[in-house]
Amino acid sequence: MSAWSRREFLRGSLVAGTGLAAGIGFPKILTAQGKEPIKVGILHSLSGTMAISEAPIKEVVLMAIGEINKAGGVLGRKVEPVIEDPASNWDLFAEKSKKLLLQDKVAAVFGCWTSVSRKSVLPVFEKNNGLLFYPVQYEGEECSKNVIYTGATINQQATPGIDYLMSAEGGGKKKFYLLGSDYVYPRTTNKILRLYLTKVKKVPESAIAEEYTPFHHQDYQTIVGKIKSFSAAGDAAVINTINGDSNVPFFKELANQGVTADKTPTMSYSFAEVELQTLDVKPLVGHLASWNYFMSLKTPDNLKWVKAYKEWCKGHSIPDKQCVTDDPMMHAYIHVHLWAKAVQKAESTDVEKVLKALEGLEIPSPVGKYKVDEKNHHTWKPVYIGKIREDGQFDVVWKTKSWVRPAPWSEVTYPGRDCDWSNGGKGSFDVVGGKRMWLSDKS
Amino acid sequence: MRALAVVLAAAWVLTGLGGVAAAGPGALDLESVARRLAAPATQKGALGELAASSDPAVERLLRALKDGALYVWKGRLVILGDDAGLTDVAGRPLLDAQGQPAQLGSGQEAVALDESHFGVVQRILERFEVLGKDPAKRQSAAFKLGTSGDPSAIPVLARAIEGETNRDVRAALEDALAKLRLRAPDPADRLGAVKQLGRRASEAAVPQLQALLAEETDPAVRAAARTALQDIDRFVAQRNIVGYLFNGISLAAVLLIMSLGLAVTFGLMGIINMAHGEMLMLGSYTAYVVQEIFAARFPAYADSYFFVALPLAFLVAGLVGFALEWGVIRFLYGRPLETLIVTWGVGMILQQGARLYFGDQTSVNSPTWFRGGVEVLTGLIFPWSRIFIVGLALVALGALWLLLYRSYAGLNVRAVMQNRAMAACLGVSTRRVDAVTFALGTALAGVAGCALALIGTVDPEVGKTYIVDSFMVVVLGGVGKLVGTVVAAVCIGLSNKLIEPAIGGTAAAVYAKVAVLVIVIWFLQWRPTGLFAQRGRAATETA
Repeated sequence: MSAWSRREFLRGSLVAGTGLAAGIGFPKILTAQGKEPIKVGILHSLSGTMAISEAPIKEVVLMAIGEINKAGGVLGRKVEPVIEDPASNWDLFAEKSKKLLLQDKVAAVFGCWTSVSRKSVLPVFEKNNGLLFYPVQYEGEECSKNVIYTGATINQQATPGIDYLMSAEGGGKKKFYLLGSDYVYPRTTNKILRLYLTKVKKVPESAIAEEYTPFHHQDYQTIVGKIKSFSAAGDAAVINTINGDSNVPFFKELANQGVTADKTPTMSYSFAEVELQTLDVKPLVGHLASWNYFMSLKTPDNLKWVKAYKEWCKGHSIPDKQCVTDDPMMHAYIHVHLWAKAVQKAESTDVEKVLKALEGLEIPSPVGKYKVDEKNHHTWKPVYIGKIREDGQFDVVWKTKSWVRPAPWSEVTYPGRDCDWSNGGKGSFDVVGGKRMWLSDKS
Repeated sequence: MRALAVVLAAAWVLTGLGGVAAAGPGALDLESVARRLAAPATQKGALGELAASSDPAVERLLRALKDGALYVWKGRLVILGDDAGLTDVAGRPLLDAQGQPAQLGSGQEAVALDESHFGVVQRILERFEVLGKDPAKRQSAAFKLGTSGDPSAIPVLARAIEGETNRDVRAALEDALAKLRLRAPDPADRLGAVKQLGRRASEAAVPQLQALLAEETDPAVRAAARTALQDIDRFVAQRNIVGYLFNGISLAAVLLIMSLGLAVTFGLMGIINMAHGEMLMLGSYTAYVVQEIFAARFPAYADSYFFVALPLAFLVAGLVGFALEWGVIRFLYGRPLETLIVTWGVGMILQQGARLYFGDQTSVNSPTWFRGGVEVLTGLIFPWSRIFIVGLALVALGALWLLLYRSYAGLNVRAVMQNRAMAACLGVSTRRVDAVTFALGTALAGVAGCALALIGTVDPEVGKTYIVDSFMVVVLGGVGKLVGTVVAAVCIGLSNKLIEPAIGGTAAAVYAKVAVLVIVIWFLQWRPTGLFAQRGRAATETA
């Protein structure tokens, strides 16, 4: 995947440029030609282990920028992407973000995938008052002033997954095997899920098992054996937060030892369509995933978007097999438009003003209207459960009835804790005796 | 005369009973139930009547209702088929006045299914899956019915058992029936069901048996349930031990096949080849490429790609190894540190090369006949791919042993490795022996990579996951001894797989590996030369 090169980037800006030239219909654009472009940063790994997931994100961000420029740019200025490749190296993320903020002086950065990369750039953004748009579902317990989180929080992906499994349609499961890679996202997610199961869903501790394997773990014989015993009565499900390549041996082993999706479904939270294209899908068929978007959704907006992306792939020599859309890509695509809309509304690229404009801002997306929360820098969204098909796509089997409110601090781990950046709010707070105690004041 | 009367009477009673049995739930008046089903007010009641039916006509009727294919035509209920033809509720095709297949007028609305009854219809329909065509589906449907705890599924199960020919499905059906009978009103029925489940050592029935034990009042049934639970426990414990042993042996085979090549290049030749993992990677990618070629060119034979891939992986990795020896390693004999660094560099070049060429998006699909496995004991499946790897490891080991210890070429190899100068004096071309031996080692790694692609991943960094384990096996076994490699692989494999389940906790897989590493380190402290030390002059020379 390290084949994404500077050449590609140049081509991207070329498209952006011609897009601008084409958009002369707008009155504002007449003055735009002379104005300096607005620079935005793209900070996604284009090489290394994360490239497989992050490179397509860069594509849709460029696509969105192209669309914005074609429609006349923002504030009559065109948008110019500055692409940095942090190469799946967490320290490099911090370095590159410093470069983007201080040297390129970008108005906003679209970037990061893994939680560790986000944690590594966070101090840089906070110190230099930058603006980061983060497109991936994550474990929460964070609410930075300088980040807009467009991906799902735990209550917008993980707990609805449990709700579904426990419902009649989901098989009325009563036991849960939490299996993940050994790092912050699975550990935090499972900590919250365990509390959610025991406190909210009244599942006894004895009906929950938890296990972690290192990255690149290959040997799932014993674990699958345990899952088999655990689920022998047919009332158990696996909650899978294994990351990356280890999913292959895990699902192969499940299939080989006769653990079927029908009887013991696996609900996965960390791979979507893009990753599925790289796996041998056959052993995964029938297993489940929970996301806020699926490529297979039949909404008119989504069909249009998928078609537009297919066109983009053709123009950028992305093989057809790899040309799929998924949840983080959708979020990355709409948050570029979200930023543009906010800048337009604020009539400035100043971070404070843009943040203010983002509060409660709504934007159309392939799954309907998206809304930034009035207070906590996260977004409202629907949740879908999909069943994996032979072609690496999902059949949507369940959907939440309404948009789910984002809760960066889970109700079960931190009761009463919330986050507010509006009207002089100072971020995360606890409520003590009816009064807000800001976390930032405590430390 | 009297006897005849008795016989006749008996026959009358029997046939009469048979008639009653046949006419029981099966012979409901379909037309009238269908009519009530069609009317919103009586829909619920009609569904209740259909709940315990095992009549295929009921399935047809309900499916039509659910799919919106049930219509009123000329005052009667009809089902619209996929071919737009109409049938009556019993499935007989309908003809119109002209004798042509009947057609629906346009704009007609289907009989509506009340949304609140959707779940009930779905549940009844799921029952009929035990009568379906696909055995796997029948089996899982049977399992679902068994755990549903819904006694109205008993007639369908009973009917399915009668017609079932597949042994596994039949067992699943009988288990399901027994589980439902645990709630039968008659204690004798319950006793029979408990005994059957105990006899089968059905792990899946444990929650039901426990629930029964909590509520049961009949002492005989209680006692039987307790024994059944004990039997199941004992069986599960025994089965787990068999499972752990198999896991251990299959891990040992993986380790063995991974390190056989290294046993030659490092063990025999003393070359620290850090690119060994990448040689495995080459094998994996060979499997991938051959698979893709077969999928594109000969899709009909897609499954047999593996037989081509295996020898090809041997050749490819062997050739690369040959080139590596000829181009790099031969200049570095006797300088282990430089060899280490250079081969590590070569490994990185191969890694990045693979990444550039293949990207990160590759995977090897097992041929269809490698999917699944053989069920040795109830609930314990030995996957075919693992069995294959055990077999392949043994074959590779046997072949290597024959080559090294029973052939002239092997004699040359051993002579050169033990005393290079003397072998050269006796006319052995040490240069050629070096090159070929090294190539043999890497070729074996290629075969291993090809086989391991069946259970693991194929990606540019896959070699990293193998290299440490391979070195550990060879060092523990004692450098230079084939038998040492074998014993070390078995020891590590078994101890890892016996420790892992015993540890528990949330990261047993890691702790087991750590534990094994600690044991290995301790052992090497005690015996630095490994399990099977080389003795004699060669050993002192290399040391």
